[in-house]
Amino acid sequence: MDSWARFRTHKPAMLGAAILVLYTLLAIFAPWVTPHDPVQQQLVQSLQTPSAEFWLGTDHLGRDVLTRILYGTRISLFIGIAAVVVGMGIGIPLGVVSGFYGRATDMVIQRIADIMFSFPSILLALALVAVLGVGLNNVIIAVGVAIIPIFIRLVRGQVLAVREEAYVDAARAIGASDLRILVRHVLANSWAPIIVQATISIGITILVAAGLGFLGLGVPSPTPEWGAMLGEGRNYIYSHPHMSTFPGLAIFLAVIAFNLMGDGLRDALDPRLRALEA
Amino acid sequence: MSGVAAAEEVANVRLERGQEILRVEDLKTHFPIRSGLLRRQVGTVQAVDGVSFSLAAGETLGLVGESGCGKSTIARTVMRLTEPTDGRILFKGEDITGFSRSQMRPIRQQMQIIFQDPYSSLNPRMSVEDIVGEPLRVHDMWKEQGHARVAELLDIVGLSPEHGKRFPHEFSGGQRQRIGVARALALNPQLIILDEPVSALDVSIQAQIVNLLKRLQDEFDLAYLFIAHDLSVVRHISDRVAVMYLGKMAEIGDHHDIYERPTHPYTQALLSAVPLPDPDARGQRGRIVLEGDVPSPSNPPSGCRFRTRCWKAEDRCAEEVPELIDRFGHGHPSACHFAELAPDSVGSGDAD
Repeated sequence: MDSWARFRTHKPAMLGAAILVLYTLLAIFAPWVTPHDPVQQQLVQSLQTPSAEFWLGTDHLGRDVLTRILYGTRISLFIGIAAVVVGMGIGIPLGVVSGFYGRATDMVIQRIADIMFSFPSILLALALVAVLGVGLNNVIIAVGVAIIPIFIRLVRGQVLAVREEAYVDAARAIGASDLRILVRHVLANSWAPIIVQATISIGITILVAAGLGFLGLGVPSPTPEWGAMLGEGRNYIYSHPHMSTFPGLAIFLAVIAFNLMGDGLRDALDPRLRALEA
Repeated sequence: MSGVAAAEEVANVRLERGQEILRVEDLKTHFPIRSGLLRRQVGTVQAVDGVSFSLAAGETLGLVGESGCGKSTIARTVMRLTEPTDGRILFKGEDITGFSRSQMRPIRQQMQIIFQDPYSSLNPRMSVEDIVGEPLRVHDMWKEQGHARVAELLDIVGLSPEHGKRFPHEFSGGQRQRIGVARALALNPQLIILDEPVSALDVSIQAQIVNLLKRLQDEFDLAYLFIAHDLSVVRHISDRVAVMYLGKMAEIGDHHDIYERPTHPYTQALLSAVPLPDPDARGQRGRIVLEGDVPSPSNPPSGCRFRTRCWKAEDRCAEEVPELIDRFGHGHPSACHFAELAPDSVGSGDAD
């Protein structure tokens, strides 16, 4: 297909995709890639600098940093993707309703989105975790909710544009139900920017989730998670910088990979958007 | 104002000729103009302001007027895609003006619309089969008829059933309009509203589509409300023609009345602008060139709306709204105080 060909030849996007494929494979095959245990403490070998045995060194509890990063990939990617699913699951229907029905409904939903937008995502997620308590599910919910307004706005704009198309009138003239019009006509023609935004949002959610982990409000302690590793390394940042540098690099690479892929998808799915930004 | 009286007169004429399928009485569709922080209404666009006409089964009424005169708004309002401000729409004698969506559903099986732009009127993400079959799905007829019916419809409009698997972007403008026609025919309607169905097409394709529409009309006994922005397109398909100007009806009458003996100056001006096929005849006919632009429908001129561009306008035109009444006993009403048969009728030298 046309879009696929454009995506394939988009070099930055392919780089992003390659990084993500690598991450995914390492996450899945982590137990076979590394001989070490991500949780088991080995205090005798604590705070070792990178060596042949511990490629990225060990942390203050003697756990191999590389191993924890690899296992942490599972957690961080899962949180990132699941949070976007939560955000889309709530944001898309709200955006559709807001754009399609307009008037008071639109007004109420948009003011809610305004309020949510006025807080930085990390602050919103932080407040939600404070209310919900720590734990994997709560982090996903908190981060997911924090990105809801992005999807509300995006989808509303799309719906406003698409609902004026003649084929929507044609569907109305036929007597189609609102649900049918929304799903078959409006959403079916709005998915391109939604997919792009979803991809870029995974980068955002990974970063926000890592922020929560850094503050100790993420997934509880022994579980390897990039943000938490970064936070644990904070006290040793001058003496043993490898402890926080490598998890930080892992986060950085993941976020940039999703952004590159998002850009590539945008260029591939709707070349006009690129022209607008240039 | 006696728009209703005029409507009845029009309707009575219709009833003698055949079974009336659609009647529009004193229809008004106004759109609010809002501005400012509080979205206060600061004005009204009088897109359609008191229009009446009727249409008999199997008949074609051509509705003609310049861009922005309210033709498409009439189409949308009759289809209940836009809510009327006032007036009545009767389908087969039943007042559908206040019908709810569920009440409209059975009506929509009998009344369909074809849009102007064959590019935006087909969902780009649906296959042709899904597009043409959608009316069947919506009305729970897919299971009984389904694929066979879609294939039949494609065949009727001159496409091949194999085209069903393709997507709209794989077709030309004319082919796309055929797909739109097939969709409109799916539920076996008796009335089709054609909102400038050929305006967006190449001239060579226009004739093909008009011929297709004519053939379908004979085959399925369809009534057409055929909207166009010039008189030449509707000439070959209309039994009757209505001429609109700025939200109001200027003149309505038989094909012969409008083309051979137009009485409203606007109709006369429109007809004089139709190119003649015979080069020798050009220049022998007086051309009427209207000056100025169509006034804004949010602030229409008082009295007769055409007076600002009319060469006959006098004081009376600014004070008194000319009614749409039969002024010569031809049975063809004209909304002009100074309606007259043009000297050596402008439209003579019929192209046929």
